[in-house]
Amino acid sequence: MKKWQEYSVTFGGIVLLFILFEVLMAQGIINNYVSGVLVLIGINIIAAASLNLATGYLGQLALGHAGFMAIGAYSAAFVMKVAKINGFQNSDGIVVGLMIVALIFAGVMAAIFGILIGIPALRLRGDYLGIVTLGFGEIIRIAIFNLDFKVMGFQFTGGARGFRGYLGYMSFEMIFWLVIIVLAILYLIIRSRHGRAILSIREDEIAAEAVGVPTTFYKIFGFATSAFFAGIAGGCLAFYQKMIDPKKFTFMYSVEIFIIVVLGGMGSLTGTIVAAIILGILNEFLHVIDQWRLVIYSALLIIMMIFRPEGLLGSKEFSLVGLIKKVMGKKSSSKSSDAQEVK
Amino acid sequence: MNQFIEQIIYGIQLGSIYALIALGYTMVYGIVKLINFAHGDILMMGAYFGLLSVTLLDIPFGLAIVLSMAVCAVIGMLIDIIAYKPLRNAPRISALITAIGVSLFLENIYRVMFGAETRKMVIPTSLTQTIAIGNIKISYVTLLTVFLTIICMVALQLVVKKTKVGKAMRAVSEDQQAARLMGVNVNLTISMTFALGSALAALGGVLYSVTYYQVEPYMGMMPGLKAFVAAVLGGIGIIPGAMFGGYALGLIENLAKAYVSSSWSNAIAFGILILILLFKPAGLFGKNVREKV
Repeated sequence: MKKWQEYSVTFGGIVLLFILFEVLMAQGIINNYVSGVLVLIGINIIAAASLNLATGYLGQLALGHAGFMAIGAYSAAFVMKVAKINGFQNSDGIVVGLMIVALIFAGVMAAIFGILIGIPALRLRGDYLGIVTLGFGEIIRIAIFNLDFKVMGFQFTGGARGFRGYLGYMSFEMIFWLVIIVLAILYLIIRSRHGRAILSIREDEIAAEAVGVPTTFYKIFGFATSAFFAGIAGGCLAFYQKMIDPKKFTFMYSVEIFIIVVLGGMGSLTGTIVAAIILGILNEFLHVIDQWRLVIYSALLIIMMIFRPEGLLGSKEFSLVGLIKKVMGKKSSSKSSDAQEVK
Repeated sequence: MNQFIEQIIYGIQLGSIYALIALGYTMVYGIVKLINFAHGDILMMGAYFGLLSVTLLDIPFGLAIVLSMAVCAVIGMLIDIIAYKPLRNAPRISALITAIGVSLFLENIYRVMFGAETRKMVIPTSLTQTIAIGNIKISYVTLLTVFLTIICMVALQLVVKKTKVGKAMRAVSEDQQAARLMGVNVNLTISMTFALGSALAALGGVLYSVTYYQVEPYMGMMPGLKAFVAAVLGGIGIIPGAMFGGYALGLIENLAKAYVSSSWSNAIAFGILILILLFKPAGLFGKNVREKV
């Protein structure tokens, strides 16, 4: 199959999935509560997929993802608050446009912080980088907590009371297509020339440098891209929750997203999706025994690391085209099967 | 002036606790090159055991400290054997993720067992008194903390420098393979390191809870992270470095709290860590090692 054919098969599959969800919703099988859960899973997918770029593909341990999400969330909420002050309402058609602007702003703000943090921090390796990103995440949170001055007639961050009273909402349809767009962009980046450079840094930084890959540039590029999409995930969370406060974006939240990445497989976007869905559903069942939830998560993490450190999918990708080929018996030997492509 | 001196004294008290915890971080890192995230939670368990042995077993405070240290030493060894030993040859990132997992597991299993609410630490009344030197008041808790910390540090130095176990520890951290070839039981030595570090953390935990009067499942997180900052400050893997880093961080934090801003004090601690890692990644006492292919 040609490349465009494969892409259209995949796209067709996605559209079918979307129609399936829409039908289920119209039938009332997916009620408001379930679709809310689906939105949260979607946000987690975006957040975890972006972290996967930094940790799984670039190979840099980043433990401050919640910090970038916080920046995104507050940036998006800030834009929508300004919009509200200027007299817009949620029922206006233009609000969707404003939300897109706000999300892009959220991503750009997070990416700027990603670059600012990345330039010094990425000189460090492994566990030190993890600690520094953790430290930055905490500093961002503490800063949001404390930067509670008045601007444009409202409290800038709202401090410990949280930030509310801004426009925006998040429906299942919106998050569905947003997830698809984000994953497609990430996938294209990873499969591109730049993506191969990023992968080479993960495999062996010194060797990559020796063959002429500008490692510093690509580390910062990967880190900033990761921060960009984390910011978008944060913005979505702000729209969905209609109220944000710094207590949400703690180290624990970073770890929760990190667990999704590790569970799904570091270096597998589809693995991230699978893990986010599994954990999202697990969350719902474990809600009744909420205090056991994190016990089970952490035990899962330890067991996973000991027995299957590469995660559910490892660095493989699930692909519809690959599946179809397998079913039809034409076991692909061509290069374009994305089942083995990414590794 | 008096206030300044009092802040310095409190800083030394807090620094002692950080130093005790930082020692465990540094020893474990020196020997297995692992940031033991769960170390802060050993502190939490130490505080719980201290509290429980005072309230349930009704034993004297001093004995409670010893008991808590002993139990935590065993738990530290168990953690090493169950969670870290299978990953000895795995990539370092796997071991680090496991450490995060162990930390979360301990915190949340304690939350399930003892509830999320903060418990009041029971403190012997004799410790709550203060003595006055001039205009400066020093509580017995402060004296006890500093005194016990110094004893432990001296004891640790003696163990590491003078005993056979200490020699084995130094050998393993120098070169694991060579140590094995010389007949050192590497796994036992690593377990002993975990036990020693955990015992010190347990002492730190009891002293921390006595200082702040409270015990709760997540109490180990912040002091754990800060002790890690202290260990990095002095150069991770270097025992005198951890002691120095602990005291330095305790003093800086207390002075920042008193004279700069209390709500930013955690951010200041992390800011220091970041600055040190950027300008002197090996820490103040460490030597820079160039990476070879």
